[in-house]
Amino acid sequence: MIDKFVASALEAVADVRDGATVLIGGFGQVGTPNHLIEALCERGLRDLTVVSNNAGTGTHGLARLMAEGRVRKVICSYPRSRGSVVLEELYREGRIELEVVPQGTMAERMRAAGAGIPAFWTPTAAGTQLGEGKEVRAFGGRACVLEHALKGDVALIEAWEADRWGNLTYRMSGRNFNPVMAMAADLTIVQTQHRVELGELDPERVVTPGVFVDRVVHIPYGKPRLW
Amino acid sequence: MDMLVEAAPLDRHGMARRLAADIPEGWVVNLGIGIPTLVSDHVPPEREVIFQAENGVIGVGPAPPPEEEDPWLINAGKQMVTLRPGGSFVSQSDSFALIRGGHLDLCVLGAFEVAENGDIANWAISSNEKAPAVGGAMDLAAGAKRLWAIMEHTTKDGRPRLVKRCSYPLTALGVVSRVYTNLAVLDVTPEGFAVRDMIPGMTLEALQARTEAKLRPAA
Repeated sequence: MIDKFVASALEAVADVRDGATVLIGGFGQVGTPNHLIEALCERGLRDLTVVSNNAGTGTHGLARLMAEGRVRKVICSYPRSRGSVVLEELYREGRIELEVVPQGTMAERMRAAGAGIPAFWTPTAAGTQLGEGKEVRAFGGRACVLEHALKGDVALIEAWEADRWGNLTYRMSGRNFNPVMAMAADLTIVQTQHRVELGELDPERVVTPGVFVDRVVHIPYGKPRLW
Repeated sequence: MDMLVEAAPLDRHGMARRLAADIPEGWVVNLGIGIPTLVSDHVPPEREVIFQAENGVIGVGPAPPPEEEDPWLINAGKQMVTLRPGGSFVSQSDSFALIRGGHLDLCVLGAFEVAENGDIANWAISSNEKAPAVGGAMDLAAGAKRLWAIMEHTTKDGRPRLVKRCSYPLTALGVVSRVYTNLAVLDVTPEGFAVRDMIPGMTLEALQARTEAKLRPAA
C-alpha cells in the first residue's frame, strides 16, 4: 500500500541536510507551509539555500529560519514586503546572500527543472541589471538571456486537500508557487489542511498528482495570517 | 509656474479614471501595485474587463466588504480581493505563461522614469539599493502586448520623469507605448513623446517646461 502520510512535521523533515536547497511555496503568507518551516528550524541546520517568492515577514516561519542563522542564501523575486525586517537586517549586515530573480523567470526556472529542461531563453531582464553576466542571443530581433533550471533538494508545499498517494488540491490564491515547486525537487514534502481518502478527490480537480509528492503531514491550522 | 494657475493636476484617482476610460471591453489586463491598482475601481462593472493578478488570480473583482474578506484570496499587492463570476485560479507557472506568452492585452505599471524610446525604470532607485525587489515587473514589461505607465509628471521636487534616457535601473527596454500622468496623456512613438491630451488649462509649452524629453502634439 502506498501511504505518504507521516505523523509529524518534524518526522517529515528529519533527513534534510546542511547545505540543502529548499524550495518554499507561498505568496506572502498565503499557501506558505509555515509548520514545515518551523520544523526545519528545530533541526538546527546550516548553510541552507532557500528559494521563495518573498523572504519572510515578522518573526515566524522563514523569518525565524533566517534569524536563527540557518540560511546562507535566499533566491526570491520580492524580498521587501511589509514586515520583512529580518531579511533586510541580515542583508544590510552582509550576513545573507540574496539573488533577486524576476518572478516569472523564477517560476519558469523551476518548471524547467521539473520538466527536464536544463536552460531556456527569455526576453525578461534582457538589457537590465538582472540580465548582466548572462548569455544573450537575439530571437526574431529581440534580445533574450539564457536562464538555467533551478532544482531543489527539498520542496516544502502547502496543500488544501491530500490523499495517501499525495494527490493535491489547493485553495484559491494559495496555489501560487506550490505546484511548480512540487515538481522541481528531489524530495517534496507537503503540509495539508485536509486529509481525504484515496478516491475521494475528483481526478479532474487534482492539481498536483501524487507522482510529484514524497511525504504528507496533516496540519489543519485554519486561515492564513496575512501579516 | 504661473502658467499652471488655471490647470489643476489630477490626483491619483483622477489619473486612474483617465486611464480606465481607454480600456475597452474584453481586454485582459494586469495592474501593478500603487496607482495602477486604482484603475479597476474606475471600470464600470458592465464593461467586462478581465483583471489578472500575477499571483495566480484571473478575473479579480473589487475589494470585499469587511464581513466577506477571505485571506485565501489576495492580489499581487497582498490585498484581499474578490473573484468575479468566470474567474479562475492558476499556478505561478500558468500565470506567468499568460504574462510572458503575450496573452495580456495590457499591463499598467507605475514608474520612476519613462524615456522617449519607451524604456521604463520602475523597480530600483539605484544599482546598489538594499534588498531590491523586482517581483513580476520585468516579466510584465517584457511580456504584455501593451505597456502603459501611470505616474506623476515630475518628482515631488519638480524633476522630470519623462526623460531622454532613464537614469534609474531599467525594468525593460523600448516597451512603453503610452504614459498617463497627472498633467497629460502621451504616446511613445518612433519620434518620441506625442501629447494626446492635457488637463484643462495646460499648454504644450507649460508641459514641455516640466518634461526633459522633447514633446510634440499627436498627429
